[in-house]
Amino acid sequence: MSAFAQSQTNETFVLNLGPQHPATHGVLRVKLVMDGEYVVEAEPVLGYIHRMHEKMGENRTWAQFLPNTGRMDYLHALAFNHGYVTAVERAAGIEVAERAEYIRVITNELNRISSHLLWFGAFVLDLGGFSPLLYAFDDREHILDLLESVTGSRLTYCYYRFGGVYNDIDDGFLAGTTAFIKRLRDRMPMYHNLVTKNIIMMKRLEGIGPVSAEMCRKYGATGPVARGSGIDFDLRKHEPYSVYSEFDFEVPVYTECDSMARYMVRMDEIEQSMRIIEQAVAKLPDGPFMTPKVSKIVKPPKGDYYNAVETARGSFGIRLVSDGTNTPYRLKLRSPTFSNLSLFGEASRGMLLPDALALMGSLDLVIPEIDR
Amino acid sequence: MSLDPEVVRVLAFLVGVIAFAALNAAYLVWLERKEAGHIQRRIGPKEVGPFGLLQPLADGAKLMTKQLIVPDGVDPVLFKIAPIMVMVPAIMSFVTIPFSDTLVARNIDIGLLVIFAFASVNVLGLLLGAWGSRNKYAIISAARVVSQNVAYEIPMLVTVVTLVMITGTMNLHEIVMSQQGGFWNWNILRLNASPLMPISFLIFFVCMLAETNRAPFDMAEAESELIAGAFTEYPGMGFGVFFMGEYANIVIGACLATILFLGGWQCPFGLYPGVHWFLIKIYAIIFTVIWIRWTFPRTTFYSLLNLSWKILIPISFFNLILTSAMLKVF
Amino acid sequence: MIDYFKEIISGTWSLFVGMAITIRYFFQPVVTVQYPHETLPMPPRFRGHIDLVKDEESGQSKCIVCGMCQKACPSGCITLAGEKPEGGKGKVLTKYILDFTKCSLCGLCVESCKPEAIAFSRDYNLAGLNRNDYVFDLIKRMEERN
Repeated sequence: MSAFAQSQTNETFVLNLGPQHPATHGVLRVKLVMDGEYVVEAEPVLGYIHRMHEKMGENRTWAQFLPNTGRMDYLHALAFNHGYVTAVERAAGIEVAERAEYIRVITNELNRISSHLLWFGAFVLDLGGFSPLLYAFDDREHILDLLESVTGSRLTYCYYRFGGVYNDIDDGFLAGTTAFIKRLRDRMPMYHNLVTKNIIMMKRLEGIGPVSAEMCRKYGATGPVARGSGIDFDLRKHEPYSVYSEFDFEVPVYTECDSMARYMVRMDEIEQSMRIIEQAVAKLPDGPFMTPKVSKIVKPPKGDYYNAVETARGSFGIRLVSDGTNTPYRLKLRSPTFSNLSLFGEASRGMLLPDALALMGSLDLVIPEIDR
Repeated sequence: MSLDPEVVRVLAFLVGVIAFAALNAAYLVWLERKEAGHIQRRIGPKEVGPFGLLQPLADGAKLMTKQLIVPDGVDPVLFKIAPIMVMVPAIMSFVTIPFSDTLVARNIDIGLLVIFAFASVNVLGLLLGAWGSRNKYAIISAARVVSQNVAYEIPMLVTVVTLVMITGTMNLHEIVMSQQGGFWNWNILRLNASPLMPISFLIFFVCMLAETNRAPFDMAEAESELIAGAFTEYPGMGFGVFFMGEYANIVIGACLATILFLGGWQCPFGLYPGVHWFLIKIYAIIFTVIWIRWTFPRTTFYSLLNLSWKILIPISFFNLILTSAMLKVF
Repeated sequence: MIDYFKEIISGTWSLFVGMAITIRYFFQPVVTVQYPHETLPMPPRFRGHIDLVKDEESGQSKCIVCGMCQKACPSGCITLAGEKPEGGKGKVLTKYILDFTKCSLCGLCVESCKPEAIAFSRDYNLAGLNRNDYVFDLIKRMEERN
């Protein structure tokens, strides 16, 4: 906390940041107690886009909940699909076709890149730079076109099914993916020259918004936020699910704990995702894209199950309680951004308003995922 | 009864200056949107008229038909007077600007001083508007505007003082005349007066960006932080007038940079000097200003002050001392 | 002191590098599609709302009124009914209503359809003034299509 903020007496005022504010990317409201431009206290207020996804799960069959998963984190919808599908598969003991696993990895990582690209654009937009957003969208558009050609949808894919995927991928998709990776490889230096190495950007991010490893553990922060604070934890590497254990990739970890570290983690993750996709495309086995004879009506045996996957924002955990019927008894979702946002109140104390907003942007908030 | 020719002259220039300022404000918005579009690899306005050239008219019609809401609890006098206080000084500054050898409304000996005097009033307008509109975001913005302008007027004026020492006059017409002959005679390249003149121009340019609240120094508006800063509560044409004032200020800044550093209406090769060279130069500067806006992220408030107090002011003072020493020696 | 100047120079240089990038894009062709004037083709797997598929031989719907789509739909937007014709075998579709206001375009209905009687439509220009415009009578739509 700065000396300025400590010395305040009663000269504070309350500033309502949101629910409609350009920097909150949705309907998040942050109640700020301000002393001039210094944040004395920040309290995120949630619930403006709560849609009862967990309760909806209890009223639908296991398969019918699938479309819901993509609507929580609409930027990395496939990871949420993946998390739910894997959880049910593990609970019901459904085997997954090998080709389907590779298809899942390819599409999932493409989706991760698109999520990070959008975050990159939106983050620079938060800091007042407009053009990088449009450049990132230009690249992201290629991913959306690719995913649309296999899944039929551009945002809420709902592509994975118990035992496989909904549709097979074709050579056109694979060629498009390879071409896109080459294109993005060529574009990455441009992003770094335009944004990362820019002196204004460096001044705004380096040393700003420190989030210590201890704070991450306290609030349960995961994903790039934790990795930017020196916590080497990525479920794809440390609790491998699907076929991630077969790929050679690194988990970028930065120990600076500032906004720049979180920024760099995500930029490096784009590179790593490209590596994973390249390997997966090379290794893609032939075979069915769906385990044959998976019953349409899934009934996991009675019990309590937990499964977690790594999304673009952190660990997405899903706890299923099954009573043996065709609907879940309880479906608890642990969304990564909820925990990541929780540390905002403590981390932003004593910061200037623009720095606090840079910190908030670096947490990569997706509000529908927080509220569910 | 015949009119006094002086009255006719004054009226003609009054109409001319207002028309120039207003047209510029309208079409700079078009230029900005078009340039931003192409930088971002899209087209920008194109539906209204050819190349979207009638877009400013459509924008104007939209702004003018909007209801002028005066929110509850604002200071009605300050709220209404503020846009005018931004617009009027901007137009007044045009009075002393020489567009060419003969095209100037009033050639006064302290023209430079007049422009800086009016430029300071502009800040007052923003401050009053922000204070009067009873909005927390606007008040944060007001505090930023004032300290930003105080911080940036110093290096700007020190740079200008350097120039005045070199040219020996505050008359804008004479400043331009002293740069006759070719681009090597322009103040930006007068290395015999001070080897730091190009850096001096950069400092002036940066200060001009900060003075006109342009990105990356648009602390006052900062839409991702303060929504619209000082203009948050302004509806319709209230906002429109602010907006026009901002653009008029950019034109003034570009004119000043042209006159002081780039030889005004002088041709780079000494041929055919005239108003066309002046216009080419100011629009090139405005193009750069817009180009900068669509390239960089916004600075923060303290790095803006750091830049001013720790870098721009020491360098401009050093340049001042160096120039005076060199003037004395050579 | 050296660091001070180094930072100024490297910082200024980084700004010029950024400006060089944007001006390069300024002179490059635009990448956007001018939407109402030009449109992109929909990919073959595009997931629009559903439409009934016509059996080329009989001119009737392929639907066998099993009701699987109705059961599969998470949002309950499908209502269908059929009747047994006199002397015929199986059921004939008499009513198929899709309430598109509730549809989330998940495609579970198409997947569950054994006789492949429903398929995705390519319509995406869906705009209307009344929510009742989006309660589609799919049998009527199928008949209007030819």
